[in-house]
Amino acid sequence: MTDLSHIRNFSIVAHIDHGKSTLADRLIQSTGTVQDRDMKEQLLDAMDIERERGITIKANTVRIDYVADDGRKYVLNLIDTPGHVDFAYEVSRSMRAVEGSLLVVDSTQGVEAQTLANVYQAIDADHEIVPVLNKIDLPAADCERVAEQIEDVIGIDASGAIQVSAKTGIGIHETLEAIVKLLPPPQGERDAPLKAMLVDSWYDAYLGVIVLVRIIDGVLKKGDRIRMMHNDSIHHVDRIGVFRPPMQTVDELGPGEIGFLTASIKQVRDTRVGDTITHEKKGADKALPGFKPSQPVVFCGLFPVDNAEFEDLRDAIEKLALNDASFSFEMETSAALGFGFRCGFLGLLHLEVIRDRIEREYDIDLITTAPSVIYNVHMRDGEMIELHNPADMPDLTHVDHIEEPRIKATILVPDEFLGDVLKLCQDRRGIQMDLTYAGSRAMVVYDLPLNEVVFDFYDRLKSVTKGYASFDYQMIGYRQDHLVKMQILVNDEPVDALSTMVHRDRAETRGRAMVEKLKDLIPRHMFKIPIQAAIGGRIIARETLAALRKDVTAKCYGGDATRKKKLLEKQKAGKKKMRQFGKVDIPQEAFINALKMDG
Amino acid sequence: MTEPSQGGFGLYLHWPFCQAKCPYCDFNSHVVARIDQEQWETAYLAELDRAAAETPDRILDTVFFGGGTPSLMSASLVQAIMDRIRRNWRLSNSLEVTLEANPTSVEAGRFQGYRQAGVNRVSMGIQALNNDDLRRLGRLHSVEEARRAFDFARETFPQVSFDLIYARQDQSLAAWEEELSSALNMAADHLSLYQLTIEEGTAFGERMARGGLKGLPDEDTAAAMFEMTQAMTADAGLPAYEISNHARPGAESRHNMIYWKGGEYVGVGPGAHGRIVSDGQRYATETHLAPGAWLQAVERQGHGESLRTALTKADQGEELLLMGLRISDGVSVSQVQDLLGRPLPYSAIKQLSDDGYLVHDGDRLRVTGAGRLVLNGVLRELLAG
Ligand SMILES: Nc1nc2c(ncn2[C@@H]2O[C@H](COP(=O)(O)OP(=O)(O)OP(=O)(O)O)[C@@H](O)[C@H]2O)c(=O)[nH]1
Ligand SMILES: C[S@@+](CC[C@H](N)C(=O)[O-])C[C@H]1O[C@@H](n2cnc3c(N)ncnc32)[C@H](O)[C@@H]1O
Ligand code: SF4
Ligand SMILES: [Mg+2]
Repeated sequence: MTDLSHIRNFSIVAHIDHGKSTLADRLIQSTGTVQDRDMKEQLLDAMDIERERGITIKANTVRIDYVADDGRKYVLNLIDTPGHVDFAYEVSRSMRAVEGSLLVVDSTQGVEAQTLANVYQAIDADHEIVPVLNKIDLPAADCERVAEQIEDVIGIDASGAIQVSAKTGIGIHETLEAIVKLLPPPQGERDAPLKAMLVDSWYDAYLGVIVLVRIIDGVLKKGDRIRMMHNDSIHHVDRIGVFRPPMQTVDELGPGEIGFLTASIKQVRDTRVGDTITHEKKGADKALPGFKPSQPVVFCGLFPVDNAEFEDLRDAIEKLALNDASFSFEMETSAALGFGFRCGFLGLLHLEVIRDRIEREYDIDLITTAPSVIYNVHMRDGEMIELHNPADMPDLTHVDHIEEPRIKATILVPDEFLGDVLKLCQDRRGIQMDLTYAGSRAMVVYDLPLNEVVFDFYDRLKSVTKGYASFDYQMIGYRQDHLVKMQILVNDEPVDALSTMVHRDRAETRGRAMVEKLKDLIPRHMFKIPIQAAIGGRIIARETLAALRKDVTAKCYGGDATRKKKLLEKQKAGKKKMRQFGKVDIPQEAFINALKMDG
Repeated sequence: MTEPSQGGFGLYLHWPFCQAKCPYCDFNSHVVARIDQEQWETAYLAELDRAAAETPDRILDTVFFGGGTPSLMSASLVQAIMDRIRRNWRLSNSLEVTLEANPTSVEAGRFQGYRQAGVNRVSMGIQALNNDDLRRLGRLHSVEEARRAFDFARETFPQVSFDLIYARQDQSLAAWEEELSSALNMAADHLSLYQLTIEEGTAFGERMARGGLKGLPDEDTAAAMFEMTQAMTADAGLPAYEISNHARPGAESRHNMIYWKGGEYVGVGPGAHGRIVSDGQRYATETHLAPGAWLQAVERQGHGESLRTALTKADQGEELLLMGLRISDGVSVSQVQDLLGRPLPYSAIKQLSDDGYLVHDGDRLRVTGAGRLVLNGVLRELLAG
């Protein structure tokens, strides 16, 4: 147990890819927390999917011992956070557990949208903020300009910004000293009743649920009987410890410390992030203010390509959900696709990550239906229905009006692409809220419908700005608009998995784009196939996929029989990756790709 | 059980060497500095003996020297092989012996010798009647040279055929029409007309993958070329009897018919495939693909076979269907179904017939002209499930 004045707790925050995890590497390494031979790049990004994509998805905590220039020994608890907007929730709750933030800004890039989003969260959490200019080893680094930007755009003093290369190790010592000197120590009462903030929890196959806690007051010991204040459930603590980054058990955790406990908890759902943990006896009487729970905002259906794999899919989804409280699911049946699940995600990246993991870790081929947001459908009788799936849209005669979720989007973009960005936002039914300049870059704020953003907005933004724009958003509430359900008919049969909600004024454009896309995505068949978009029985767009014109093998002699048979087998296997709708085979990836718009 | 001799019995002998590798070719063909013809002779003869021991009572209908470029074999090698074949099997009275030849003067010089050895049919790889395109196809001959070699072959052999590749880069429908008419003017009684296929692992395949192979006809143009080919050859009296093969009635390649009718054949030489029946079971056989590996296997292990798979009845049924629908004769539905052990999907046959792709006539099932163009699609429907 460490004296409060010798503890510093901080999170590392930044825009995606500005080098948080690499900076964490250097802090861990230079303090000898991990031996050189055990080091690897982005050590904390331990999940396969994190390593593969080179991004952080889950926040990670590490305890570091540091002997400062003043000769004293400090305990530093650092939390590395994800940069991607889908996982902003990880950042916000991490910030609640610490007193300060290292704000990392890539000195070759400057302030980006998530830099802003994160810094505002840090200010909200009353953090002391230490700006760190990273990647100064690169020739394109421009510390002066970026420091100026931080002052102009964010309005915090950047004169003391530390110049760092997380890659080569320049400035790491200065960073450690700044942490000790500039960040405040935590406060708390050792003798007060236990108050521990439940920061995060996840499932471990060997230990059960692991709970990450920040002790506010009191002392937590192994063997204690604790109470979760949100439901008064009692647990027996069987292990406490800290992350270095491997788990290391300790005897106790005192005020200001961050560590973990295990207490034979079976499911992540039995814990609530933001909850207060106290002792069963002589506990605290007032809980800490909790966190806003994370809400899934994007929904889609996941169906096995092969119906027989439904139970395997259920198993996979349940296992993944054990560890991811922000991922929701319920069973869904579709006329054409059979049994599957309607799943909720924090955003499209979250969706992709979960889908990838099911396909790879559980070896199940999936059909992902058109992603949708939650619409509030107000019925004539005053009832309000939350619509997660366009296929469930009630009969229009009973509907009074529909509301859709809107977001506030902040986009930072170099001047020369401003026009393209404004056009994109207008095309997506955006309402401009603000436009300011920070040096040679514009900061655009738009009120946009979430359903126009969820899907491919980010990809489009990146492509129209050659990757130079950055983007962040927050939900701002619901607003009524003229929304309709658009159906797609393939060979005259409606395919419910392709139904989407669209704005009336955009329906024709969207319908046309979708049928054109599908025409390319569906392979030619032996017969011609009409592909149509319809609103309530009225056809608004139509394309015809011509019948197969030529598909024949020119040469087929003795040795080719075997080859030919293999080819047919391969085609049959390929057919397994398609689903049949009436007489038409639609490939698995068509459901998502049909929605991608080029404009 | 299927009568083994029903589709005939043939022998395929593979010669794996060429003077240069053509950029479109994915055959088992190699270019080497020196070939020891005597070493090859010994190996071929050993394999012929092994093959004969396995197929003792057959009457041999056809022999096919394929490649590679078999016209690089010395006449004495061909002679030795033919002598051994005559010793090892009883021969049909109308034994067909085909040899694939490249149309250069060097090779024409050996024709006389081949004829003496017993070759009675030559198939020449002319490929194009346009010098620019011959160069693009990586061929070593000119149109002039090809015509001379071909004339000489006609004088030498009772039956001659030649191959052309069409649907080439930058070839228009009109250009192919003109080329095909001159081909028909030259033709004796058999022609093989192949649409250029871009095969994986070839030079063209790689260029295509890199986005380099420009000017290939699109699906519609290629389809129109195929249809025109069907019509013109039929008008000239050489209708298609198979997807890419055209002949005056009676002049069909009997050897290739064995493949399409599900007959029996032994494969000798590197990478040669065979289908033979032994104790009532039909087997698919393969030999070592690489020339060196095959030679070594024959010399050291006493045989060049690398794989022998017992074909299930269902495998045989599928093979019969996918080979048999290629020819204008089609297949016997009952024979295919007996082998498959299940009926062909009636609804698919009905639909495909209604749409004009298939003709179901008594027990015969054949594809129409329209069906030929989309044979792979037809097969997918018939074999779905
Ligand atoms: N040249 C150079 N590259 C760096 C430096 N720091 C990080 N990088 C590189 O920048 C990329 C992103 O680094 P990460 O540490 O994964 O960034 P992050 O901020 O953790 O990214 P997210 O967690 O996905 O938001 C990696 O390729 C790093 O190698 C640096 O100081 N110099
Ligand atoms: C194996 S080759 C052997 C004949 C001989 N070596 C020659 O090239 O003349 C048989 C025939 O297949 C055809 N062929 C080979 N590769 C082809 C391809 N990629 N596309 C179309 N036809 C091809 C050519 O017409 C060739 O004559
Ligand atoms: S096409 Fe004929 S000559 Fe050309 S490489 Fe192939 S086998 Fe040899
Ligand atoms: Mg990271």
